[in-house]
Amino acid sequence: MSERFILSVEDLTVSFDGFKAVDDLSFYVEPNECRVIIGPNGAGKTTVLDLICGRTKATGGTVKFKGMNLLDMREDQIVHAGVGRKFQTPSVYEDLSVFENLELSYPKGHGVFGAVFFKQDQAVKDRIQEIAETIFLTDQLDEKAAYLSHGQKQWLEIGMLLIQDPELLMLDEPVAGMSVAERKKTAELLNRIIQDRSVIVIEHDMGFVADIATRVTVLHRGELLSEGSMDHVQNDPKVVEVYLGH
Amino acid sequence: MFADYSTAELGAIFAMQGFAGLILFSVFVLMALGLAIIFGQMGVINMAHGEFMILGAYVTYIVSNIFSAYMPGLFGAYFFVAMFLAFIASGALGLLVEWAMIRHLYKRPLDTLLATWGLSLILQQIYRSVFGAREVGVSIPDWMMGSLPLTDLIEIPINGIFVMVLAVSISLAVYIMMFRSTWGRQVRAINQNRVMAGAVGINTEWTDRLTFGIGCGVAGVAGSAFTMIGSTGPTAGQLYIVDTFLVVVFGGAASLLGTIASAFSISQAQSIMEFFLSGSMAKVITLLVVVGILMIRPQGLFALKLRK
Amino acid sequence: MTLSNYMNRKELLGFVILAVVIFLVLPLALDTFRLNLFGKYLTYAFVAIGLALCWGAGGILSLGQGIFFGLGGYCMAMFLKLEASTPENTSIQSTPGIPDFMDWNQLTELPVWWQPFYSLGFTMLAVVMVPVVFAFIIGFAMFTRRVGGVYFAIITQAFAAILTILIIGQQGYTGGVNGITDLRTLMGWDIRTDEAKNILYFVNGVLLFAVLFVAQFVRKSKLGRLLIAMRDQEDRVRFSGYNVANFKIFIFCLGAAFAGIGGAMFTLQVGFMSPTLVGIVPSIEMVIFCAVGGRLSILGAVYGALLVNLAKTTFSEGFPELWLLGLGGLFIAVVMAFPNGLAGLWSEKVEPWIEKTLKKTKVAEAPGPNKAPAE
Repeated sequence: MSERFILSVEDLTVSFDGFKAVDDLSFYVEPNECRVIIGPNGAGKTTVLDLICGRTKATGGTVKFKGMNLLDMREDQIVHAGVGRKFQTPSVYEDLSVFENLELSYPKGHGVFGAVFFKQDQAVKDRIQEIAETIFLTDQLDEKAAYLSHGQKQWLEIGMLLIQDPELLMLDEPVAGMSVAERKKTAELLNRIIQDRSVIVIEHDMGFVADIATRVTVLHRGELLSEGSMDHVQNDPKVVEVYLGH
Repeated sequence: MFADYSTAELGAIFAMQGFAGLILFSVFVLMALGLAIIFGQMGVINMAHGEFMILGAYVTYIVSNIFSAYMPGLFGAYFFVAMFLAFIASGALGLLVEWAMIRHLYKRPLDTLLATWGLSLILQQIYRSVFGAREVGVSIPDWMMGSLPLTDLIEIPINGIFVMVLAVSISLAVYIMMFRSTWGRQVRAINQNRVMAGAVGINTEWTDRLTFGIGCGVAGVAGSAFTMIGSTGPTAGQLYIVDTFLVVVFGGAASLLGTIASAFSISQAQSIMEFFLSGSMAKVITLLVVVGILMIRPQGLFALKLRK
Repeated sequence: MTLSNYMNRKELLGFVILAVVIFLVLPLALDTFRLNLFGKYLTYAFVAIGLALCWGAGGILSLGQGIFFGLGGYCMAMFLKLEASTPENTSIQSTPGIPDFMDWNQLTELPVWWQPFYSLGFTMLAVVMVPVVFAFIIGFAMFTRRVGGVYFAIITQAFAAILTILIIGQQGYTGGVNGITDLRTLMGWDIRTDEAKNILYFVNGVLLFAVLFVAQFVRKSKLGRLLIAMRDQEDRVRFSGYNVANFKIFIFCLGAAFAGIGGAMFTLQVGFMSPTLVGIVPSIEMVIFCAVGGRLSILGAVYGALLVNLAKTTFSEGFPELWLLGLGGLFIAVVMAFPNGLAGLWSEKVEPWIEKTLKKTKVAEAPGPNKAPAE
């Protein structure tokens, strides 16, 4: 039964000093699905991603990824299991070059001694080159990440995830704060990279959501409000109430 | 180790050591309060806090000398004047230091730590040049001398009681300031969201400066109280700084109540152990236990659980 | 890792200059007494190099490096003390054959944990391993619980205080506040002679370079870049699949190992070890050596240790009251005015000048711009 889903979130709950940021939430993601989570501010969207990737510890419930219970695992173990996470504000290593940013994300030499004796062989360089092309940063490889534009930093972070080749990719507002041109390029990039993996995206831009979503989950005050296709969700009176009633 | 003492003696020992612990507690509370305000609310590590305290102690020393030379009739009351002046002196120095140094370093807590350590060295040297390397003591007014016999075995020194009363009143005053005054509300608002606080019209720059000044001023009062139970030397402040930081961290940096509770437990533990072990071993064990607990519970005793 | 990855031309130049200073200029310019003094300063450089990795690169500020310096130094001192305390040398004691301070404190036999320090092999191992094990325990407890920043700094400082109080309090076992003194020979070789002091200076220099090479290797490895990444974006590193705590523990232990070697060389060259080198004050002073050198720079750390200590000796001989003011001012200055320290001065002022001069002379031979590496 549960093999149908790559990710099963069941009865997930977290409370901060009595305040339930996520309350008894269940949802399931199928392989190769692109799930978009929407909801008003403070609905608990980012917290859900935090819980799945181990950044915040859950108070109750289970999160199963390919049969593994993610709630018992450390962040780095979750990453090695195949879950990648992009943050809302671009978090790249500003003091390092684009090349080095990608190199650190390359999935080898992750132990202490592995890192000390890590060799930049041709395979590593080729892969970094390949990813750099995908994220439009070939010409910036030797530049410090601090000098990139906001949009380029977002792309770099996406590239850092791609090089890990995760089975489940979680993106928190990937087009926020981008110019129109950048936004278009990003949509194209995302459409390309979500092909052969499962993706969870948090996004506000409805046009963008309609473009990429397989299914949409609507959160409100930490609870599941509605779930289904974009059409279904948009016509759900409860969703209309929450979005328009405020 | 208890076998050598009778029950009554043991009771008296615990009472006396407990009382000695209460005096230590008062010193910790007085020092830690100012530190907790500055660290808890502003995230600034002030390594020169001990020197702000010693400044208060020197002010008290000067005032006591002035009174005994020019106004011997009023000598009984000099302490209250001294305490006020100590607050003003240390507070003013605090404002100056915030303006010249701290405000440039708000985003760099480790750098603040090093810079204030430098400041503490400079202040120590200034004290040494002005007041001499030897420790100075103040003459305690007559009414603070002597002790109250409680039972045959238990005696309580009056200056100890006085320091305790001071500690309690100053804690209360700080509490009222933090939770009842406009300044307190602004400080707490800034602590929670600096940008928002600025946006709603709080002068964050001035509130920071005032907070630092008040924290230092409280240290000055602590130094004033400190003269009642010990002598003052240029490096006396440094002796307590690590203990005091542990008190603050152990209590949970954002919590005044936590600071007081942790000051109480640490001082009592140390003081009671001191009777049975050597003083140094008592201190080693206390510090180890505190550090050990902090390793298990890094957020301290009292801390809010917050979403990062 | 190829050689050019390991060290670029500028860094090679830096290493060569330092080698010339340590192995040629100082020995030729100074008499044995002063050379020994500089040897002492250089033992602090071991600590400062470790701090450049931990603090400069990794952002982990330890205010307890004196602990590791002291542990290394005490291990060495225990060996030397045992060698000095032969039954013949100590025949006037009530218990001959044990260190004098034990006898003064009414101990009648050598404590069990002193026994292994009869062996030089064990001692040399302990000089490195005792600090490392200590650092591992502290680091493991703190970093896996995600304690960092100022909390880590204060707790390491508390450990420095604890160890000092313990050493002073347990004088029967440790020599107390005087420390372990009156050290004479190493395997029968008198370390107090001028000749021995000269040789020890060079041994110290060689060890320092060994440590510098290890530090350079780590800095240039992927781990070095990871440290910088962790300092800026710890969460991102975690979500790139690294167990951040392990890397912090490693670099903290490495710094402790360096400090331990420095401590042992201090004992050998100066001839004693005492708690005044362990506590809060010396530990935080060691941070200033690194800060003056320029935080990130391992070579800067060596110069920082040399210059600050030279200034300390000079001033405290002549004007002791000025020294504390100067040191305090130095702390404030390196934080507020010169956060890049000597290394910053070098790369902003001296290096461009060298580049310019080199270009003028070599313009025909070396065409093409040499791309400056990201630092």
